[in-house]
Order: sequence, then C-alpha cells, then structure tokens
Amino acid sequence: MTTKLTIGKAINEGLRRAMEDDPKVLVMGEDVGRLGGVFRVTDGLHKDFGADRVIDTPLAESGIIGTAIGLALRGYRPVCEIQFDGFFFPATNQTFTQLAKMHQRSGGRLRLPVVLRIPYGGGIGAVEHHSESPEAYFAHTAGLRVVTVANPEDAYWMVQQAIACDDPVVFFEPKRRYWDKADVDTTRSLTSAAPMGAARIARPGQDVTLVAYGPMVKTALQAAEADTDHSVEVIDLRSLSPIDYDTVCSSVRRTGRLVVAHEAPVSSGLGAEIAARVTEECFYHLEAPVVRVGGFDTPYPPSRLEEHYLPDLDRVLDGVDRTFAF
Amino acid sequence: MADTAKPKGGGTARSTGGRRRSRKDTAPNIADEQPKTLLDYYRQMLLIRRFEERTAQAYTQARIGGYCHLNLGEEATIVGLMTALQERDYLFTNYREHGYAIGKGISPRSVMAELYGRSTGVSKGWGGSMHMFDTQTRMLGGYGIVGGQLPLATGAALAISYRGGDEVVMCQMGDGTTNIGAFHESLNIAALWNLPIVFVVVNNFTGMGTTVEKSSAEPELYKRGSSYRMEGVRVDGQDVLAVRDAATDLVERARAEQKPFLLEAISYRMKGHSVVDPAKYRTAEQAEEAKANDPVLAFERQLEEAGILTEEIKQEIADSVRDEVTDAADFAENSPHPEVSTLFDYTYATPVPNESRRMPADPVFAE
Ligand SMILES: Cc1ncc(C[n+]2csc(CCOP(=O)(O)OP(=O)(O)O)c2C)c(N)n1
Repeated sequence: MTTKLTIGKAINEGLRRAMEDDPKVLVMGEDVGRLGGVFRVTDGLHKDFGADRVIDTPLAESGIIGTAIGLALRGYRPVCEIQFDGFFFPATNQTFTQLAKMHQRSGGRLRLPVVLRIPYGGGIGAVEHHSESPEAYFAHTAGLRVVTVANPEDAYWMVQQAIACDDPVVFFEPKRRYWDKADVDTTRSLTSAAPMGAARIARPGQDVTLVAYGPMVKTALQAAEADTDHSVEVIDLRSLSPIDYDTVCSSVRRTGRLVVAHEAPVSSGLGAEIAARVTEECFYHLEAPVVRVGGFDTPYPPSRLEEHYLPDLDRVLDGVDRTFAF
Repeated sequence: MADTAKPKGGGTARSTGGRRRSRKDTAPNIADEQPKTLLDYYRQMLLIRRFEERTAQAYTQARIGGYCHLNLGEEATIVGLMTALQERDYLFTNYREHGYAIGKGISPRSVMAELYGRSTGVSKGWGGSMHMFDTQTRMLGGYGIVGGQLPLATGAALAISYRGGDEVVMCQMGDGTTNIGAFHESLNIAALWNLPIVFVVVNNFTGMGTTVEKSSAEPELYKRGSSYRMEGVRVDGQDVLAVRDAATDLVERARAEQKPFLLEAISYRMKGHSVVDPAKYRTAEQAEEAKANDPVLAFERQLEEAGILTEEIKQEIADSVRDEVTDAADFAENSPHPEVSTLFDYTYATPVPNESRRMPADPVFAE
C-alpha cells in the first residue's frame, strides 16, 4: 500500500515509526515539540509521544548535541534537529571532537547512535545561515556518516536507517525540496529498503555519468531530460560519507565521462573528492576530465543574487557539454 | 535625517550618576521632562512603528527577501536604549535590529534600502534584514546567529579598554540568547577584564516559540550575571523614560567605572518571531496582553493626558513620520540591485589568485 508524502512528511512519518518501534528513540531540539520544528518536520510527535520523548530544548546547539552524546552513551538513540544549516556551528566542538571520535577512542567499546537532522541548501529566498551546504565539513571527518535524501521514499526509509545505525549519522534534508511529493510504500519492512550507504541510479544512460545528491538530484534529472543530444546517467549519491564508489565507478567505466553537481562551493567540495577518486580508479576509461558544477567560492549571497549563485539546469547542462567538448 | 533619528542636545544628554533613581520607588515622571524631549521620543517610537509596519507590508509583497524580524512592540526599549548612548558609543544587536539601526542614527532610507537588498542600503544590499553595519554611526552589526554578537561586542569593549578610550559598547540580545554558551563566555570575560560594556537582554518572554520559563533555569534574566559578579538591573521596557534612565545609568557607570553591566528590559513582541510566523503557539490571552501593552499607544495616551501631545501636534508628527517612511520606501524601491558582476567583490579584502576558479561554469580546461 502506498501513501503520497512530501519529503518533509515522509521524514515525519519515518521518525514516528522509529519512535513506535523503539522506546529509546528521542527527538530533541529547539521548538521541535509543541511547535513541530521550523519546517514542521516533527509535527504531531510531541502530542503523540509526550514531552519526555520529544524534547524542547533551550537555545543551545552545543548543549543539544552534547547531551545527545551523553544520552547515546547510556543506550538512547537521540535525533537532534538543527533548525538551519548555519546554526549547526555552535555545536561543532561536540560533533567533531566527541561524537565522531569516541568509538575509536574507546577501542570500540562505545557506540554513538546519534542522528543530527540538518535542513540544508538554498533556493528558498533565504540568506546566509539559512541556505548553506556545509556537507563537506562533515564528510571530511572520519567517524561520521553523512547522508542526504532526494525523494520521499528515501526520506522515509533513510531516516529510520539513520536512527537504527550504531554510528553517528548526519542527515541532511534538502529544504527547498521538502514539499516535493511522491508515493511511498510504508508497509514494507525496514530491512527491505535499499541500504543507506548505497548510491542509486536515478536514471540510466550511456554517454555521461551525472552524480548529484540532495536538492540537486531533481535538477540533474531535469538536465538529463533536457539534453536531447546525450544519454545522461544520473546517480543519486545518497551517502556522502562513506561514498559508494562501486556504483559511481562502474557507471563511469561504462560512460567514460563524469560530471558532479552540488550546491556547495566547488573548491574542496565533494565533487573534488569524487573527481580525484574516479580519476585514480577509472583513469583509462575516462574520455574527458571530470567536471564539477557547483556554487561559487564565496559566502552565500543575498537573496537577489541567489539565482546566479546556485547551479541550475543551465549550469549543469553546460557542465555536461564541456565533457563532450573536450 | 540624523536630527530626527537620534536625539541630540540638552534634553537627553545626562551626567553620570546624577539622575540615578531607585527604579522601584520612583518611576520617572513626565512632569519632570521637557515637552520637546518627550515629543522627540514619541516621534522616534512612532517612526520605528510605522517603519516596521511598512517593512512587513513590503515583505509580504515580496519586495524584501530572506528572513525578517520586526521591532513591533519594542519601540520604547529601543528609543530608551539609543538615547542612553553617545554618538561615539558602539552598538551590537541581534537580527531584530531595524529600529536600533535607525535609533543609532542610520537613515531610514539606508535601512529600508538594505531591507530591499539594494546597493544603496547600509550594507550595500549584502547584509539584508539581519546584517546591518555602519562604522560611521558605530552600529557594528546585526547578527543572524543567535549569540553571535556577544563575543564580538566583548572584543570591541576590550579594544576600548586596551586603548584607554572612553566609549562604551552596548550589546543587545533576546531572552533566548542567554542560554547559549557565548553568553556565558562573554559575560565572564567582560567581568574578568573589567570591560566597558552593557549587555542588554530584551525579554519578550519567548525565543521563537519557547518561553523563558521553559528554557532558562534562572528566569529572572538580569540575575544571570551574578555568577560573574556582574550587576544586573531589570526595567520596564514599555516605558521609554524608565529604559532611558536605567540604560543611561549603566552606560555612564560602565564608562566611568570601567566595568560591565547587564540590563534586562521587559518588552513585548506584538507579532510572530518573523514576518512569516503566525505565532500560533501563543494563546489569545498572550496576544491580547501584548496588544494591551502597546508602548507607542501607552506613551501617546500619557502625553495626551499631560496636555503635551495636542491633536494638532499629533497630526503633524503622524504626517512627518508617514512622509519619512514613504520616502524611505520610495528610495529603496528606486534604488538598483547589486550587480551580478559584484558577486565576488566582497569575499576577500585583498586580491586572490585563481580568479577563474571562482566561476565554475567557466571552462576550466580550455586551452
Ligand atoms: C545559533 C542559532 N540557533 C538558532 C537560531 C534560530 N533562531 C533565530 S532567532 C531564535 C530565537 C531567539 O530568541 P531570543 O534570543 O529571545 O530573541 P527574539 O527573537 O525574541 O528577539 C532562534 C532559535 C539562530 N539564529 N542561531
């Protein structure tokens, strides 16, 4: 049986199911309770699970993630909501010095099943702090799993997989796609869903591989649709750390070309990492250098310049063209 | 403009300590004040009120982008606080700062143009609603990150102290901000190093939808400085004279005694957290209470009863405020947007290599 869900609602339903299945799952954050969060992703959970399991915290990101670590040390599975990408940073210390490292530091004795939910990316006419794509900072830190979703189906299952995972998971939510709708079969079992760490071929093709994730998957699919000259294979990366290179590389070996698109600035971004790895592993299959399409090397601009900053359909198509022009 | 936005001269210039009142027993009395001064405060409050109403309207019409937090209900606090500052004093605020920017002496035109994201705005359209900077009037920012302004304001106070200057820093924040680590680190440093700074908590009872009681273990926020042995004062933020007196007292003591203070102003947020927030979490009584505590109306009534604000003067002020706001909005409307070609102009202050790499859409492997 399928239900039509938006990405936001799918995460909400996923959280609900995780909370029903496991009493150790807690939701915490600023205004996640009565208010249901700024994007209403936790809407209704407070009413149904109570204030003990859906915790309205003070305005204190460091305190939120720090206490979540403490809860996880004692067997709970906290899911922290950070309101916007840019508000994560006060909690940087807890995340990078503790959360990412305690499993190793304890010789594997401690497990930290903490989920950090962070709405990210631009395109909603917001500004700095409200539109950023900080995923590379997290992906650069071993010990954190970093995932993102591009459709309601993944949103529903991956949030549950993230919660069930014994490692800390940073769960990036594509805020400008929160309202995108699709059918989700919510009656299946969690184990039957595609694994959280696997990339997905979102659209098969032969001439060029286009890797995207989160909010850019839709743009990539539109680009593939719009490009009548080439058959574009679109890969939805889903897991940003670790990256499923098997899927990416086997696609590139078939197509011989790769474009990586993300909203985050190009320099030292995920695209750089993927380009380097693919060059190492698929050098003799490549017909052209890997092309990266992304945001510019500048802080997120004011809303009137946003459309020029964000990589759009044209910029992605231009990237595709460049791999063929080589 | 400056003469209307920022009061100058006798009526408000105050000597240190001389007019310190015991805030509990003797509320400031308008009979002790110059009518001209009172009317000036009233005009400034009304200006902020009408400016913010216009801002809300422009936002709803999509003339203003980003997030937009209004000072509606906070007018008495703002005017009282800004009156207490000298021109040479510095101001840091949170993102709810349009009224403060005007109060510190930035023209409504530059503030409105900034809201509209135009290049004639006080931050050239790059800061928007939350990030207004003006070194000339010593407004050192609106800050969108909660608590972001606190350590920075403390550093500005350290610079004054280091140099032996006699300026004071005022650092405004909301009640919710007192729960973030930066608040405690900053208060500790300011107290430890005897810095001339007045931290001002505008307590409107909520941070977004979370109440002070639900988020602060010491809900009497002016006491939160006590673990740093910092004197704290609470004042009725709806009373412009009370705010002015309390703030002047602390600013001048910070200047003279070289130490920090904490001032809490009890205020009301008349609308949602930002323009797009319908504030459904508020009960009807709470919304009523905010409305009943409208500081502009209250002051208006007070002045009318005292015979200071006649029908004629009231109309005059209303007209001139309306004209000023209309002028600001027209100015903003007719100003240019930042050029796309300026997208990289402010990333670095000094030249950087690899210019072309900042344009990933440009051919990177063209010959
Ligand atoms: C570090 C950080 N966390 C969260 C936010 C989102 N946020 C913006 S304003 C706000 C509430 C702040 O309340 P308060 O300090 O009382 O100020 P008020 O808005 O009432 O003026 C929150 C949670 C933010 N801007 N920065």
